[in-house]
Formats: sequence, structure tokens, C-alpha cells
Amino acid sequence: MDIDKGSTQADRSGGSPAGADGSGTQGGGPRGPGSPIEFRLDAASGVPTYLQLVHQVEHALRLGYLKPGDQLPKVRDVVASLAINPNTVLKAYKELEVKGLAAGRPGQGTFVQATLSQVALPELAGLHKSLLGWLGTADAAGLDQDGIVALFTSALRDFHERRGGMGDRPGAAGAETEGAA
Amino acid sequence: MSMNVIEASGLGKRYGSTWALRECMLAIPAGHVAALVGPNGAGKTTLLNLAVGLAEPSAGAVTVLGGYPAGSAAALDGIAFVAQDTPLYQNLPAADMLHLTRNLNRRFDQHYAQARLAELGIPLNRKTGKLSGGQQAQLALTLGLARRPRLLVLDEPVAMLDPLARHDFMATVLAAAADDGVSVVLSSHVLAELERVADYLILLSRGRVQVAGEVEDLLASHRMLTGPAAEADKFAERPVVHVRRGQAQAHLLVRATVDDPVPPGWEAHPVGLEELTLAYLREPGAGALPGPARGRDTQPSEVTR
Repeated sequence: MDIDKGSTQADRSGGSPAGADGSGTQGGGPRGPGSPIEFRLDAASGVPTYLQLVHQVEHALRLGYLKPGDQLPKVRDVVASLAINPNTVLKAYKELEVKGLAAGRPGQGTFVQATLSQVALPELAGLHKSLLGWLGTADAAGLDQDGIVALFTSALRDFHERRGGMGDRPGAAGAETEGAA
Repeated sequence: MSMNVIEASGLGKRYGSTWALRECMLAIPAGHVAALVGPNGAGKTTLLNLAVGLAEPSAGAVTVLGGYPAGSAAALDGIAFVAQDTPLYQNLPAADMLHLTRNLNRRFDQHYAQARLAELGIPLNRKTGKLSGGQQAQLALTLGLARRPRLLVLDEPVAMLDPLARHDFMATVLAAAADDGVSVVLSSHVLAELERVADYLILLSRGRVQVAGEVEDLLASHRMLTGPAAEADKFAERPVVHVRRGQAQAHLLVRATVDDPVPPGWEAHPVGLEELTLAYLREPGAGALPGPARGRDTQPSEVTR
């Protein structure tokens, strides 16, 4: 789930991106050298290793940890920190290139080229907070974790169906979500 | 480059009246981390010893690094080998071990060795026998890599190490593969870790090569079919590797790709390297070997016998 911020790796290479708590300090300022993210592996997930790396980059793009121009961890550093086959990392980066999310720069590394995040980090933090408020209400009402997931999934489905039925009004999405809090 | 780092044809080794390795055909392409797996006594150590020139074949031949006879000067120059028991002089301090290795080798990257040992925090004045198991393994590996080999051969390198030391050891090996393009051939019992580490698999069984190929090709050409046990025999005409059968349900490991049709009532799932390896280990009669064209081609493997 969570992407570790690149503190350990960035420390080693000299730079240390601040604002790891997602409070919006990484708005636009230049970051230190190295990558803002670090990969992890879940051996029990059954998901192929290269796909785990792809998913983690996509996840970081959605949550705003990575933005265009950011460098992905160097192949050599990923190999040394996770003890995985170099070809696995190359395959993951190739997949990200095919998806148009990253591009290799000869002699430098692989860099983020596009973003998946439609919402800026401060807004995401606000949404996160309102969702926590809703979770508190659900918990107080006696829902357990599975119940909450089931309810959320069903509401999300209803929401999409309703929006599909009303035609293309994607702008209304944010307002309705916030209404949940 | 389509060089083979190890190539064997009709290779055999007999100890007394017992063949430890027999009619071994093998071509491991360069640029891979190749895992050599198999039960105890399958001939893994014998094969590695023949490849690095520590043993003489009783039959056939083995060449390395694109055709050099195993054990020749050119072959030895390009290979680093770390044997099962971490070969170090236990009474020598690490610094002397370093000095000795440098003087015994034509090429030795002193700067790399010293920087690496400092990074690992290995005390140079301590006798190697007093270092931890993980440190001894890292020292032996560093001495091997400082020779700047093109092929690194490791016999059960992590068998004796704790999980953290094992991770760090493999990280050093894989970083060398990433940095310098060193090809790696290692034997291992630790199946669970192979999936992350290896991209080429050789499975030895009873002194013969049972499975060989790129991991990606092997996984793409096998599927696990799950369905009613009563219908399991319908698959007789298909290349079934291994069957696990309950009273109602059966799991069949078959040679098939994602594009092959799944019979009605059956589910097809992808298989992992550990599952695949275990299935073949349980079925010494089944095999998956590269086609007649040596190395890689569009038809990655075919069923044999």
C-alpha cells in the first residue's frame, strides 16, 4: 500500500526530500538528486516482481509522490536494495515506457514523463482527511473493516453507474465525494 | 551477444562405478543469473566443478565463455568461483587474504576490494575464521569479484547464512551483474528466493538435465489447470507434467500457454517458479529442454520423452 519516501536512498546520495508527511511541501520546489520513491516487495502477493514495481510507480503517480521530471530509482540501486534480478527492473521500466509514463535518458536513468494524478497533493490531503472523518462515523456505527470495504465498494459502484447514466459530467465527482463526510 | 558461458555436450563424470553426471547437454547463454537446482546428489556440485576446471570429465566435454576448454588458462582468467564451504584461510587476517589473492592473480582490482570491504564493515585485521558466516561469505565473494570475472560461479552460496546475510550476499552478486554485466551461475536449495534472483533455470535430476530455459519462457509455457478429478484422465493426450488429485478436484500442471483453450469446467492459472520446479522435481521422468537449435529461438522448448 504505502510507498516509502526516498529518505534512506536519498540520504545515501546526498539529497533529502522534505515534507514526507504529504502536507503539501513538495509543491514545486526542486528535489535533491536520486528518486523520491523507493520500492518494496511483497513476496506473498503472488504478483510478479516486475508488475509490483510498475504498480508502485503508478500508485506513487496517483498520490503525487512522483511527478513529471522525477527520476525513478536507478536500476543498480533497486537491484542492490531488493536483491532482485536486474532484468526484472529493466522489464518494469520498459513496461512504464510502453505505457508512456516514463522515458529513459541515455547515461542518466529513467524519468517520469506523465502523471496519473488528476488532483494536486494538498487537495488529496483534504480528501484523505474527510475520508478519515467518514471512517470514524462508520466505525462508531459499528461497521468492521470488511463491512466498510463492502459499503465503500458498493457506493463507488452506484456512483459510477449514476454518473454513467447522467452522461459525461466528470466535474461533479469531487463535490459528491466530499458530501460523504 | 549470444555467447554461452557454459556449454556441455555428452558431459559425464564417474566416481568409481557411480555416474554423478551423465550425458549432460547444456548451453547457458551469457547475461543471465542462472540457477542450478535439483535434489541432493543430482550432480550440481559435480557439474560446477567440471565447469570451473576442478574436475576432469569422464566423458564428453565442457567449454566456458564462448568455447574455452574448462580449466584452460583463458577460462580460469575469466571465471570466479566461490565453493560451498567459503574457501578462506581461517588463520589469516582478512588483510592478508586480500594481499594473497592479489598476488596470486594476474588481474585484481584492489580499489574495488578495499572499498567494498570498508562498505561492508569487515575488520581487515581480524582472522577470517573469526568473522561471522555472512562476513566470510562476503569476503570470499569480494575477492572473487575483484578479479573482474566475466562469469561468477557460486556453489550453494547462501545455504549457511541467516536471512539478512543471505539478502545482502545476493544483493552484492546482483549488483555486480547490473554494474559489470557479469554472468552468474549459482546452485541453490532455496527455491522461494530463486524467482526474484534467477532469470534462467537448470534443473538437474539423477545426474541429467531435466529442465533448462529462460524463466520467463518456462513460466509462459506452463499453466495449472484445476477441475473435476473424474475428468483428469481426459488430458492423457496433453503434455501433463504433474497431477495432484483429491477425491473431487484435481490440479494438473500442463505445458500450455495463455492462448491455449481451457476445457469447459476447468480453470487455468499461471504458475510460479517454485511451483513449477517442485512439480518437475516430483516427476523425474518429465522434461522441458531447449529445442535442437542451441540456446534460444522462437520455439523455446519442447517436451521430451
